[in-house]
Amino acid sequence: MTDKKTIVSSAKPYMNPYLAGILLGIVLFAAFYLTGNGLGASGGLNRIVVYFQDLLVPEHIDRTPYLLDLAGGDKNPLDNWITFMVIGTLLGGFLSGMLHKRVKPMTAKGPNISVRSRWLLAFIGGALMGYGARFARGCTSGQALSGGAVLSAGSWAFMFAVFAGGYALAWFVRKLWN
Amino acid sequence: MAPFPLEIFFGKFGAYLVYLFIGMAFGAVLEMAGFAHSPKLAAQFYFKDMTVLKVMFTAIVVAMTLIVLASGLQLLDFSRLWVNPTYLWPGIIGGLIMGLGFIIGGFCPGTSLVALATLRIDGLFFSLGVLTGIFFFGETVDSFARYWNSSYLGRLTIPDWLGLGAGPVVVIIVLMALFMFWGGEQLEKKFGNLNPPAPKWKLPAAAVLLLAAILTVFIGQPSAMDKWNKIAPQKEAALLEREIQIHPGELLSLMNDETKNLVMLDMRPETDYNIFHLRDAKRITNEELSNLAIDLLNEPANTVIVLMSNDEEPATTAWKILTASSVPNIYILEGGINYWLDIFKNNEFTKSWDPQASRNEVLTHSFPAALGYRHIAADPDYDNLKDKLQYTPKVKLVTKVRRQGGCG
Repeated sequence: MTDKKTIVSSAKPYMNPYLAGILLGIVLFAAFYLTGNGLGASGGLNRIVVYFQDLLVPEHIDRTPYLLDLAGGDKNPLDNWITFMVIGTLLGGFLSGMLHKRVKPMTAKGPNISVRSRWLLAFIGGALMGYGARFARGCTSGQALSGGAVLSAGSWAFMFAVFAGGYALAWFVRKLWN
Repeated sequence: MAPFPLEIFFGKFGAYLVYLFIGMAFGAVLEMAGFAHSPKLAAQFYFKDMTVLKVMFTAIVVAMTLIVLASGLQLLDFSRLWVNPTYLWPGIIGGLIMGLGFIIGGFCPGTSLVALATLRIDGLFFSLGVLTGIFFFGETVDSFARYWNSSYLGRLTIPDWLGLGAGPVVVIIVLMALFMFWGGEQLEKKFGNLNPPAPKWKLPAAAVLLLAAILTVFIGQPSAMDKWNKIAPQKEAALLEREIQIHPGELLSLMNDETKNLVMLDMRPETDYNIFHLRDAKRITNEELSNLAIDLLNEPANTVIVLMSNDEEPATTAWKILTASSVPNIYILEGGINYWLDIFKNNEFTKSWDPQASRNEVLTHSFPAALGYRHIAADPDYDNLKDKLQYTPKVKLVTKVRRQGGCG
């Protein structure tokens, strides 16, 4: 809790959500306008995973059809636009954090759980998120935001499923956050 | 017209640099919205702080309205944008799993990157979890690949699904979003304890958005012929100089070329098609063409498309529509089916074809019955005939600008 208070006292307040949404919408439009692609994150993380798999067990990659597509033979899975988008996202997040004095090692959590449980649950939630994102062929950025903006029917169905899943479980895990 | 072939403009590295900058803007906005702070994200699911809903849907409706507007004004070619293909049930199941991960872990993959960049330790653990989950997916997907590839509906947009124009759908979605914002604020008042000052520009901004959405209805979306008129000055010359009308002999050689994926589209009426058509030629009507264009864009890079009619006119119209939709490597059968039959039915191998002569798109050859492709001229014997035919080959494969996946 002490962490949270110091953050509040020195860090600048967050942007108005509608303004942030308008800016994000313009970034998303610019991405489509310039490149024909939207935004994405999990695809880039996927390629990082496959890159290390390719270093350690290249034969395994060549025997698994799904991985073969990404890194078969001499193909470098990182040689793709989305890798650069992920690096950019990290950089942009860091720069904005610096500018608004919000870069600080800390663990954000609900008031009723320990830091260690928060870490464990963050890891488990992340694993579900990573698995689900590949299952759905895209994450909140690549499916919901980007697919939503170009009116993909599947992306809209996906988006409502994400919210449905979150709301369905929220009551049961309310101790984590409240 | 946008989107641009970035690799051709700036080289591969330059194109990657553009993606880097877009990613930076993306990361910065997520950070400014407060998405590096997991309790703020989780509060969405307890109706205390609806920032996630507000940012996400504002971004979607702003980008959507701009995209549809730009497409209507022919500044942006919608058919070349990546539209996530719909795999309905895998998408819904994956979405539900992600929803669970969201409320347990407090982030989504994009926001956890920003959390990591601002040194949040929960962000670090979440990102490691994402990498682990992705790893397990890659290791297990082949055991349920069949399910994962099921309920595939292709490039299905909401306007296609509802059978409405893009403009009306934009208005409906904007209205829905505005209603959700209003509802979200009511919930925040009831369940939340923060009381952020409402900016003065909130209602005017909503009005501007709604007006822009209504404007998309009035502008409409360009028809294939509108798109053609825009590119006609550059492309008309190729038609007039007969660079894209290929001799029947060249089509015959393509039919026997295993290195190319040949798609033959027959634009004639059904009766003529039933009387005689080339083996593997598919009959297509003008109405079906614009939907077909999307499928043709997804064909492999070695695809050659040849259009045919009795003479050349309907095939030429179809060529304009497909060319306007950015489909590469499309050709017209010179002289159409009539010239083909002169050569391969009547064996007039050296007959030439005069583009100036007047013709009326009637099948000039007669058959004893409706034979379809059960006639020797539907699939002539290439090995015996190739030396008798003289023509200048015109087909050159152009690589298309590949549309890549939204999540790579």
